[in-house]
Amino acid sequence: MIGQALARRSAAPTCTPCTLAGADLLLHPAGVAFHGGTGTLVVADLHLEKATAFAARGQMLPPYETLESLRRLTRVTQEFLPRRLVLLGDSFHSRHHVLAENSAAIGLIEGLARAAELNWIAGNHDPELPLDLPGRCAPEMMLEGITLRHAPVADGATEMVGHLHPVASLATRAGRQRRKCFVLSGQRLLMPAFGALTGGIGVTDPLIARWFEEPDARAFLLCRDRLQTVPLAALT
Amino acid sequence: MLAKAEARRSALLIAPTGAGKTLAGFLPSLIDLTQRKPGIGPRGVHTLYISPLKALAVDISRNLEAPIAEMTLPIRVETRTGDTPGARRQRQMRSPPDILLTTPEQVALILAHSEARRFFSDLRTIVIDELHAIAPSKRGDLLALDLARVRKLAPEAISFGLSATVAEPDDLRRWLVDQHAPVTRADLVEAPAASAARPDLSILETAERLPWSGHSARHAMNEIYAEIGLHKLSLVFVNTRMQAEWVFQMLWEINEEGRRIALHHGSLDVGQRRKVEAAMAAGALDAVVCTSTLDLGIDWGDVDLVVNVGAPKGASRLLQRIGRANHRLDQPSKALLVPSNRFEVLECRAAIDAAYAGEQDAVTKRDGALDVLAQHVLGMVTAEPIHPDDLFTEVTSAAPFASLGREDFDRVLAFATDGGYALKAYDRFAKIKADKDGRLRIANARIAQAYRMNIGTIVEATMLKVHLGGAKSGALRYGRLLGEIEEYFAEGLTPGDTFVFAGEVLKFEGLLEDRVVASRATGRDPMIPSYAGGKFPLSTHLARRVRSMLATPSDWKHLPEQVAEWLGLQRDKSGLPERDDLLIETFPRSGRHYLVAYPFEGRLAHQTLGMLLTRRLERAGLKPLGFVANDYAIAVWMLGDPQLKLTREPRFLIDLFDADMLGDDLEDWLAESALMKRSFRHCAVIAGLIERRFPGMEKKARAVTISTDLIYDVLRRHEPDHILLKAARADAATGLMDLRRLSDLLMRIRGRIVHHSLERVSPLAVPILLEIGREPVYGEAGDAMIAEEAERLMQEACEPMGSL
Repeated sequence: MIGQALARRSAAPTCTPCTLAGADLLLHPAGVAFHGGTGTLVVADLHLEKATAFAARGQMLPPYETLESLRRLTRVTQEFLPRRLVLLGDSFHSRHHVLAENSAAIGLIEGLARAAELNWIAGNHDPELPLDLPGRCAPEMMLEGITLRHAPVADGATEMVGHLHPVASLATRAGRQRRKCFVLSGQRLLMPAFGALTGGIGVTDPLIARWFEEPDARAFLLCRDRLQTVPLAALT
Repeated sequence: MLAKAEARRSALLIAPTGAGKTLAGFLPSLIDLTQRKPGIGPRGVHTLYISPLKALAVDISRNLEAPIAEMTLPIRVETRTGDTPGARRQRQMRSPPDILLTTPEQVALILAHSEARRFFSDLRTIVIDELHAIAPSKRGDLLALDLARVRKLAPEAISFGLSATVAEPDDLRRWLVDQHAPVTRADLVEAPAASAARPDLSILETAERLPWSGHSARHAMNEIYAEIGLHKLSLVFVNTRMQAEWVFQMLWEINEEGRRIALHHGSLDVGQRRKVEAAMAAGALDAVVCTSTLDLGIDWGDVDLVVNVGAPKGASRLLQRIGRANHRLDQPSKALLVPSNRFEVLECRAAIDAAYAGEQDAVTKRDGALDVLAQHVLGMVTAEPIHPDDLFTEVTSAAPFASLGREDFDRVLAFATDGGYALKAYDRFAKIKADKDGRLRIANARIAQAYRMNIGTIVEATMLKVHLGGAKSGALRYGRLLGEIEEYFAEGLTPGDTFVFAGEVLKFEGLLEDRVVASRATGRDPMIPSYAGGKFPLSTHLARRVRSMLATPSDWKHLPEQVAEWLGLQRDKSGLPERDDLLIETFPRSGRHYLVAYPFEGRLAHQTLGMLLTRRLERAGLKPLGFVANDYAIAVWMLGDPQLKLTREPRFLIDLFDADMLGDDLEDWLAESALMKRSFRHCAVIAGLIERRFPGMEKKARAVTISTDLIYDVLRRHEPDHILLKAARADAATGLMDLRRLSDLLMRIRGRIVHHSLERVSPLAVPILLEIGREPVYGEAGDAMIAEEAERLMQEACEPMGSL
């Protein structure tokens, strides 16, 4: 077996610019997208309290992922200082096991709401907010002609969506590497799931691939401090 | 054994294979059962026979039933395995047989049953077969815990362990009995050497040129085929399933005499395997290519030759395999070793010397696994309420857990209850509740059911389906299903790689979610991936023998001439280390600098060493580019010049190999190590943190299951001392990373590093350098590899169409 010399750790994460329907976006390796023109930061699929939902069924997953996801989101928010924060649905994993007892988490959400205008888009896991939390709820929103909504819809609109938890796996010399990723075509930007305990669906799976049939579709793989761009068609 | 039974004393019976030890284990029970008075009403089970193999239990049952029927003894013998229908199992609980032949997992299931107490109340004898194979494993840990409970339910019962010869019988003697009892070792009964005839062991003397590296043994196929022709039934042992496929295919390619050659390994369909076994027993085969699935105790036919392809990796394994030949005591067992490269010649020679000397590999000492304990704790509170103090006493009466501290026990208990996190988030979901007397009980029936589904310590590798198919208009399409392979194998493949599967050469086309898509690669030679070289690392004992052989040129006369010549050249051009020295060579080669070390400590320890050395070389500014490790040596290549570095810092190599690498460097690496994540996954499944996947559940599984890698990351960041991480770490130390062995190595070589500064590659370094490039890159630098591959793909995508 061959080991590879270590990747050097570098400090500041590098964003990758892209355009969707003429709007300039920055994709961040933490898994968020930023629209500088309107100061909008978009993030999808936090799945807060997912571990709690599992624990209720007897699988006692570590109860730290809610705080971790929210802290990560707070950090990346401080990097961009957005005017508006859009949570693209499935922010909560379950309707039943909510944040009520997690005061630290509620504190972080309140902090986010103070820093930016907080928008909760409804998802299939959380069609309505489980608690009285700050921010506005909506089924979808508009951003410079782009529809922001939880899941993709074939209605011809240019959209930014989540829901599908895209993951790309790449055969490399170090074996197959799986990473969360963005997927972009002229029609839509699919966001990676942001939550710390969110798994994924491979981008070659028909569930995802059918939304990205254009030959120039690309995947942006989340690596430690940067994104790696790969043509979708090259992924197997 | 009769005397031991009479005196009601537990005993370990050590006998070589074929000495009829299984029957010896049963004899006291048969006599006792025929002499007992007719009872009234249903009785509990009298003798519990436990075997690691389902097939062995079934086989023993056949062998017992015949004499019982002939003598019309009033004894009911039944088997109970995972294949036993539910109705029969329920009947067995209501009306237990006199003798129950079963597996460790079934014992756990019976114990969690509400009728367990009655079931075992009349138990007189426990017979554990192949104890040497069970005891030093997690499965052995679980069985030891279960037997601790059985002993409590049936204090009168005695235990007989049946074992092949082992290096340290004391460990097994302790394993058999209560460690809180006045006598903490079972008696030892050693059967006299089975056969006066010394086994006939030889290394294939090939007329071909011996390969420098690789594991295919292709050069020897004609000679193996000729040997098969000279014998009645040959077992051709290989080390991995993939190797079995490959050898089977090569033998059929040259099978001009139409010999009946079959294949037997663990990935094959059960029905297929049973057919091969029956054909062996019926004498309808000339040879069977097999893996360790045929290592253990079942006699399938009149085997008169054992061929071992590749190196046996351990003296004990070789002895087990030799034992498959000629179960008649008056004839010598005959075995032929076929080394597939030059280093393996040394290893085969060492194994033969060890076999003649009757020496066994020592089994690494290990403590009972905490993930197994977590599973067991849930089972015990499912069976009946118990006070934690009593449970602790019971658990520590099992030898593997005899030195378990109360603190670790309490943490495991806390884990089994609600995850045991410092952040008490899950009290309300607790799986174990205490009653007013402080006795623990299972919270509800659903959790008891989940426990039953999770019993066992065997975590199957995730299997991927292999389909025929290929790329059509840019997209992968798949068709006919060929079978399943381990996920880790598929992950090592890159499109275009060829491999043998189900007897065909296939070309890997790509992965489509959980499907491997491959096309037929007609007329192409399959590349055998590296880990086909052997899943077991070279044993410590054989490693020492190989090192001492290198250091003793007078022993070389027993080696093939090509190999002796090679070693002679090495002595002239560089040097050969003393037995306990570490030889390190440095030399430049095509613009890079190489450092090759020869610790002979096995692939796993070498890989770990490689990871740590590259870190340290990086820090020393030598710009390492990669490394390759096999069972014997490790080579690192770099841009910087270590020879130059040494002239400035004479202690450089000594510091580089200092044992302090097992401190921070190790911790840093573990944080991201894929091996650690794999260990964690196993522990998480066994401990019940995540549910097992069952066949047919895959679709649902994808939506519901959660990646243990993500759990590992979260846990490591927030609670690095969690008990499950501790369990995973303990596994890694003896298992995938062989930390213990690496640490022993670093101690051994203190002050014993012998460095040769060379102008070019040495003869001894040739085999390891040949492995460079053929092997997949391995390690945690996944991001760097993604960058490399992404760049390549983007370039390809951006090329003007005309250039294609």
